[in-house]
Amino acid sequence: MWQFFHKLGSPKWFFGISTRFMPWLLMSGIVLLMAGVVWGLAFAPKDYLQGNSYRIIFIHVPTAFMAQSVYIMMASAALVTLVWRMKLADVFVKAVTPVGLVLTFLALFTGAVWGKPTWGTWWIWDARLTSMLILLFLYGGVIALDRAINDEKSAARAVAVLVLVGVVNIPIIKYSVEWWNTLHQPATFKLTEKPSMPAEMWVPLLLSVLGLYLIFGWLACVRMQTEILSREQRTRWVKEFVLKGKV
Amino acid sequence: MNAEVRPVIPLARSSVGALAAMKGVFSRDMKVAFRQRQDLLNPLLFFIMVVTLFPLGVSPEASFLREAGAGILWVAALLSVLLSLDHLFRHDFDDGTLEQLVLQPQPLFLLILAKTMAHWMLTGLPLVILTPVLGVMVHLDGNSIAVLCLTLLIGTPVLSLIGAIGAALTLGLRSAGVLLSLLIIPLYIPVLIFGTGTVAAAAEGASVGAYLALMGAFLMLALTLAPFAAAAALRISLSNG
Repeated sequence: MWQFFHKLGSPKWFFGISTRFMPWLLMSGIVLLMAGVVWGLAFAPKDYLQGNSYRIIFIHVPTAFMAQSVYIMMASAALVTLVWRMKLADVFVKAVTPVGLVLTFLALFTGAVWGKPTWGTWWIWDARLTSMLILLFLYGGVIALDRAINDEKSAARAVAVLVLVGVVNIPIIKYSVEWWNTLHQPATFKLTEKPSMPAEMWVPLLLSVLGLYLIFGWLACVRMQTEILSREQRTRWVKEFVLKGKV
Repeated sequence: MNAEVRPVIPLARSSVGALAAMKGVFSRDMKVAFRQRQDLLNPLLFFIMVVTLFPLGVSPEASFLREAGAGILWVAALLSVLLSLDHLFRHDFDDGTLEQLVLQPQPLFLLILAKTMAHWMLTGLPLVILTPVLGVMVHLDGNSIAVLCLTLLIGTPVLSLIGAIGAALTLGLRSAGVLLSLLIIPLYIPVLIFGTGTVAAAAEGASVGAYLALMGAFLMLALTLAPFAAAAALRISLSNG
């Protein structure tokens, strides 16, 4: 167990192992996401109230879900950075922040597109929307702080503190639809209850969420590998990798 | 600045208790501030000027100002706290006092708490005291002004405490000012929402107890957790140079 833990901190080990399972992540992610999105957009039944416009849920919910999920993963990695100073945790935070930013933007964008036909407006200053906007600012702030500090190690630790402080926003987003009477509907999926929609609707949604998760995993690996190569460029294994093409 | 003017913190011995150390840091910061009076006045002048911009820039109508007044005062207070945050650690960082502070045997988060309390006494509290005058100028009624003062009294320490984290993180960076705002404003938004929400509820005649309790919760959360985060950030920033 401890040996595994130590290995996890080694960029070289991660580079080798991730290269092996990345194709699987990508392939299964694409299959699930395509299945979910195609099923949802083309074959799932119409909503009795919203008609076809509800179908953007199959893009909106996965991106919004991932946007928050990525932040929670970043926060866990930030804690690891501060407590155990594990190199890979820094690399993870740095690699996935832009991905989280883009996902948050997509969630807000698809939400606006969905809001126009159903609420009659692109944007309202609703609790859920505003707290997602704050999440977007937080991601932006993390990137800005990381860019501003030249020293790699201090940058990683300063970013870790900021990410952990920003975690207070996550429960606010999560529960905003329950604490305040807002226009936004409550969460689609809950761990404890059955979804309030028929299986033909929630199964494709679940598939696309899982698919996006896997694709995020792949993307995180790609970005982490790039970051590792640039950080470890002086080491022998990176030089050998660049020359021979394998670790 | 003349180095001799700045008092030394009497903490060199580890026999000084944590409370005495906090008191030392607090009274030193107050002393330093009162020897640089202009620095004390600047955030207040800024506060008044930002509030002045709204009637001139948007509308001087009493109906608009009554509606937006609390929000304007809150935003102005938030911005002037933000503006003053740069001073929180900057001078001490430049002349090396901060490194001495970090080296003290007393827990760093307590010393930072003392510094932040001094910062609030010097910026947040004067803003609260000034608020009734500006409240009358934006045509708020007496009850709204009282509630507004109360929310600012609870809210501005939260702003100082959260701000201390940002100030510690951006210490010694080139574009610290703008970066500080980028990092801190997202964290200020919930405080702002509840601060103005309280006044809006009071204006409608609703009970404000729940709102005030939530703001109190923010204050407790910030008081207990922010000094730790700021201390961690400070150590990182100092090891950076």
